[in-house]
Amino acid sequence: MSQAQATPFVDSLLQAAAQTPLPSSGIDWLDTARRENLDAFAASGLPDTRVEAWKYTALRALGQRRFVLGDAQAAARAVDAAVFALPGVDGPALVFVNGVFRADLSCLDTLPAGLTLSPLSQALQGDAEPLRFALSRHYREGGDAFARLNAALAGDGVVLRVAAGAKVVAPVHLVFVGAPAEDDIAWHVRHVIELGEEAALSLVEHHVAVGKHQHLGTQVADIVLRKGARLTHVTLQDAGEGSTLVRHDSVQLDAQAQASLYVLELGGSLVRHDLHATLAGDQSRLETRGVFALDGRQHVDTQMAIRHQALNTASDSVWRGVADGRSRGVIRGAIVVAPGADGSDASLSSKNLLLSGQAEIDTKPELEIYADEVKAAHGATVGQLDERSLFYLRSRGIPLAEARSMLTAAFCRAVFESLPNAALREHIDHRLMEHLPSA
Amino acid sequence: MLKIENLHARVEGKDILKGLTLTVNPGEVHAIMGPNGAGKSTLGNVLSGREGYEVTEGSVVFNGIDLLALEPEERAAAGVFLAFQYPVEIPGVNNTYFLRAALNAQRKQRGEPELDSMQFLKLVREKLKIMQISDELLHRAVNEGFSGGEKKRNEIFQMAVLEPKLAILDETDSGLDIDALKQVAQGVNALRSSERGFLVITHYQRLLDYIEPDFVHVLADGRIVESGDKTLALKLEAQGYAWVADKDPALTGASA
Repeated sequence: MSQAQATPFVDSLLQAAAQTPLPSSGIDWLDTARRENLDAFAASGLPDTRVEAWKYTALRALGQRRFVLGDAQAAARAVDAAVFALPGVDGPALVFVNGVFRADLSCLDTLPAGLTLSPLSQALQGDAEPLRFALSRHYREGGDAFARLNAALAGDGVVLRVAAGAKVVAPVHLVFVGAPAEDDIAWHVRHVIELGEEAALSLVEHHVAVGKHQHLGTQVADIVLRKGARLTHVTLQDAGEGSTLVRHDSVQLDAQAQASLYVLELGGSLVRHDLHATLAGDQSRLETRGVFALDGRQHVDTQMAIRHQALNTASDSVWRGVADGRSRGVIRGAIVVAPGADGSDASLSSKNLLLSGQAEIDTKPELEIYADEVKAAHGATVGQLDERSLFYLRSRGIPLAEARSMLTAAFCRAVFESLPNAALREHIDHRLMEHLPSA
Repeated sequence: MLKIENLHARVEGKDILKGLTLTVNPGEVHAIMGPNGAGKSTLGNVLSGREGYEVTEGSVVFNGIDLLALEPEERAAAGVFLAFQYPVEIPGVNNTYFLRAALNAQRKQRGEPELDSMQFLKLVREKLKIMQISDELLHRAVNEGFSGGEKKRNEIFQMAVLEPKLAILDETDSGLDIDALKQVAQGVNALRSSERGFLVITHYQRLLDYIEPDFVHVLADGRIVESGDKTLALKLEAQGYAWVADKDPALTGASA
C-alpha cells in the first residue's frame, strides 16, 4: 500500500464514492470503465513531484484536504446570469453550477442546423455507443490521477457534435460556475466534442464564480476534428479565488483540420491544464495562444504536449505569462515530431514577466524530432518590465502603477490579436487590464 | 521659470554635472552645446527624473517648486517635457491610446477634467496641423517600426498635445537627415510662445540654423563655461570645442 493512499484527499473521495456511488448508467462498459478508473485512482493516489509531469506542482497541501462529492443543492444555488454574460458570445449555452447541469440557466432552444448539444447525463439515456471510445478510456500513467478520478466520478458534462459540413458561427458557450456551499465540494465534468468533416465550430469555455469557495473541479475533454474541420476554442478561466481546477484536454486533428485554441488563465488558486494535441492527419494545423496572469499565492501549471504524426502538419504556439506577488506559473511545451511526419512545422514561444521578486515562473520548451525536413523553433524567456519603457511612459505623466499595468497588458496583448471575434477580443483585453496588478 | 543652481549629479558613482547654474524664463530658447561626455544628456535626464541619476548638490526650482523632489510623472504634470534622444518603442501600446492616457493623467494630477475620446480626437486633429504625422502612425504602437525621423516627429507631436511649460529637446537632431531636421524644427518653432521655455541640447550647430536660440551655453566637464547669443554657436561650429578647454581650468588640469 502506497503512502499516497492514506491521504485525507483520497480517503474522503473514496468514502464518498462508496457511500453515494453514481447511479448505474445501465451501460455495462461505462460502469466497468468507471469502476476500473476508481480502482486505479485508489491504487495510485495523487502523484508527487517525482513524477516528471508534476515536477513543479506539489499536491501535498491538496492531499491533506477533504472534499464532499458533488453538490446536492446545486440546483438551488442562486446564480445571476450576468456573471457569465460575454460580449460577442450569444449562441447556445450550457451552464453547470458546481458541476451540475442547470437547465434554467442554459439556452438550448434554438440550436443551429447540424449542431447537437446536450448534457452528458441526457446523452447517455439515448444511444451511448458513439461515446464509448471516449468514455472507456483508461489512463495508464500515475500522473493522470485527476483524469482517472474524473473518469470514475463524472456523471455529467457536455456532448457536442457538429454534423459534417455544418458551420456553427455563433459561439457555443460552456459555462462552469463555482458557487459557495456548506462544504468543499469536488465536482467532475466530462466532455465529448466532435466536429464532422468540413464542419466549423466556435466554442467558448468559461469558468467563473459567484463567490469565494474552495471547491475542486476536474474536467476532461475529448475533442476530435474530422477531415477539414475548423475549431476556434476560447477558454476564459476566471474561476473562484481559492478554488482548485484541473483540466485535461485531448485534441485530435484529422487531415486538413484546423484548430485555434486560446486560453486566458486568471482565476483559481491551484490550476492545472493539460493540453494534449495530436496532428493525426496530413496538413492539419494547430494554433495555441495562451496567457496566464497571476498574483497572490496562485499556482497555475500548463502542460502542453503536441504530437505531429502526419505529413506537412503545422503547430504554432504563443504563450505569455505574468506573475506577481508570491505566485507561480509553470508552462511546459513538449513537441514531438513522430517518425514519418516529414514536412512538419512546429514553433513555440513562451515569454514571461516577473513583477515581483517572490514570484516564480518555470518555462520548459521541449522538442523531440524523429522525422526529416522538419522546421522547428522554440524560445523561452523570463524577464522584468523594461525600465526604459516605464520611464518613457512616466515622463509623459502616466503614474507608475498605470504605466506598469499598461506595459504588462501590452506584453500579453499580441497573443489574442488573431482571435476573429472582435467583441470577445475586446472583452478579454479589458478583463486582462482589470485583472493585472497595478501597483 | 526654471532655476538651476550649482547642480551636481553623478551616474554610477561618476560625477557628471559639477556645479551647473542656469536660468530659463518663459518664452526663452536656450541652447546647450558641448562636446561628448560634457553632461548634456545627463542634464535632460536629471531634470525629467530618470532613475540612476543621483543629485549630490545644488537645486532645481521650477515655477517655485522643488523639481528634484517630484516623481517623473509629477514633473510631467507640472509642465516639464523631455523629447528623448532615443524614443522608446513600446509594442502593444497604441500611440493614440498612450497619448490620451498621458494627457488625462496629467490633467487629473492638475485637478483638471479629463478629455473624452471625442474631445481628444478634436485636439489631435488640431495638433496634427503643427506636426505632419500620418494617421497611420497614430494607429500603430508607440514608436514601433517608426523611422528615425518619424520617432522624432512623434516626440514633437506629443509635445504639441501635452503643451508643456518647459520643453527639453535632447539631441533631437541626432540621426536626422536635413529634410527631417527641417520638419522637426518647424514643429518646434510652431510651439514657441511667450509662455513656454525651451532647453535645446545639441552637439551640432546645424539644428540652431532652424531653431534660433535666444541664448547659447557651452557645457564642458559638467558646468557651463561660456554663455552668449546665437553667434556663440557659430563660433563653436567654426572653431570646434577645443578652445572651450582653455576656458575650463578642470579640462587643462589646473585643478588636478
